[in-house]
Amino acid sequence: MADEQKPGGSEAPSPPVGEGAQPPAKPAADAAKPVPPKPAAPPKPPATMAATPWDSDLAHAVKERFGDQVLATSTYLGQDFVLTRPEAAVPVLEYLKLEADFDYLVDITAVDWPKRAERFDLVYIVYSFPHNSRVRIKTQIADGFEPATATGVHLTANWLEREVFDMFGIRFAGHPDLRRILMPEDWQGYPLRKDYGILQQDVRWVVENLGIESGQ
Amino acid sequence: MPDTFLDSTELVLNMGPQHPSTHGVLRVILKLDGEKILGTDCVIGYLHRGVEKIAENRTYAQFNPYVDRMDYVAAISNGLGYCLAVEKLLNVEAPPRAQAVRVILTELNRIASHLLWLGTHALDIGAITPVFYCFREREEALKIFEQYCGARLTTHAFRIGGLQYETYDGFERDVKEFCAMFPPKVDEYEELLTNNRIWTGRLKGVGILNGDDCKEYGVTGPVLRAAGVKWDLRKAQPYSGYEKYDFEIPTRENGDTYDRYIVRMQEMRQSVRIMEQAVEAIPAGPILGKVGKVIKPPVGEAYVSIEAPKGELGYYVVSDGSTQPYRVRVRPPSYINLQALDKMVRGALIADIVAVIGTLDIVLGEVDR
Repeated sequence: MADEQKPGGSEAPSPPVGEGAQPPAKPAADAAKPVPPKPAAPPKPPATMAATPWDSDLAHAVKERFGDQVLATSTYLGQDFVLTRPEAAVPVLEYLKLEADFDYLVDITAVDWPKRAERFDLVYIVYSFPHNSRVRIKTQIADGFEPATATGVHLTANWLEREVFDMFGIRFAGHPDLRRILMPEDWQGYPLRKDYGILQQDVRWVVENLGIESGQ
Repeated sequence: MPDTFLDSTELVLNMGPQHPSTHGVLRVILKLDGEKILGTDCVIGYLHRGVEKIAENRTYAQFNPYVDRMDYVAAISNGLGYCLAVEKLLNVEAPPRAQAVRVILTELNRIASHLLWLGTHALDIGAITPVFYCFREREEALKIFEQYCGARLTTHAFRIGGLQYETYDGFERDVKEFCAMFPPKVDEYEELLTNNRIWTGRLKGVGILNGDDCKEYGVTGPVLRAAGVKWDLRKAQPYSGYEKYDFEIPTRENGDTYDRYIVRMQEMRQSVRIMEQAVEAIPAGPILGKVGKVIKPPVGEAYVSIEAPKGELGYYVVSDGSTQPYRVRVRPPSYINLQALDKMVRGALIADIVAVIGTLDIVLGEVDR
């Protein structure tokens, strides 16, 4: 992912001390840091994740089954992930559960990239008890797109999707009980969106419910 | 329909958020038929502080102390998970000495967390004595933390790349003393509870969650193991050198409240075993790996999880190449385990929900983040 945001840094943290917040790109030729074994050896382009193709039976099976619905199968730091079209995320989850023993949905979360057309990354993490392996399913969705719920595949998706809705305002189509879960039910705004400031709050809610002018 | 005083209707009862046995500010709305629970709805978020939002506005190192405030009875586990996740992004590993000390402190924290669970759980059920015994031993563990880093609960014991501090003089001695002192104390607790008729009567067959349901609900930790699934991340995907230590994964078959009690008691014994092995062979050497003063992972993302006392604690960290994390997602075991509460208490009695909340071992700081 990470195909934008601050072109900033070069590579990993360089052992030498110093350098302020974001120096405008310095030569990415640090030899001193421990070289990552997995990612490609040559100096990586700094602005994107240096993922490499994920080559395994499972990756091939998923690609074969879903064709062009699967955009890429990659691996980064030894962690495998599948990038799918938004409509295919839940079918892939279901396929992994029923035919590849990925029987435990670890987490569902989202990442906001406001400058991108498909604003959100939706990330599903699944684990297989029999194979002791973990796979991420990622999909990029636009603001307002309603991805299908995964509650029909894994019951645990219920609260996880409620939290994603609560924090990002992504509505899951077909979710049995899509309410806010951590924030108050009548709160306005979605706190984990990048355009929601760190000090921002729903002033109306604070005044009405707490009887004070500001929660700060 | 005749209207007499014996007629009964369904009743909706509000339990919490201020209730001694919800272990924090958890509100459970109960639908009751007499004393029987027909359904529940959890209302959470009272302790929501926006930890994940805070992470995006701090540097990697600045965010480190914040994670201690989620599961505040197992702060060291939180810190370990976060440090491992950032280390994964940086592709560095803590040096062997740091790893050994991390294991010791994390296991000591697991014992402290389980002791707090046992004391309060027993108190909920009606046994007053264990809480005093448990706090007595927990104090010994907290003293070691205090000596090591000055704090008892929110320790901030680790630093990205290794340890925050070198161990103090006498650290090994204190840990060894604890390891020698503690197992007989567990016997003492077990003597009070394990075969106690009231204890077994209140716990056996209550709040059953079988292995398949656990997987379906994503429930992990002792709850999963009590349902017969032999799965522990320390064995399945070892981190911090856990593969070097010899220990068992305790499991039970029935998946009821009593089995979860037994599993946690045995886990404390196993933790002592791990600590005994680790403290015998703390390697010499540096306590901090090759991490720059400014932590700036390359663009990318990683999910790293550890076996916290409550279950799988995961951190999904996204880096945009700057000094601040672009996104930190915490996969909190308490939050996800709590979701199974409804399944566990349907058809049970009101008194059982107290036992089940106790046995889930939730910490609301982590549920709400």
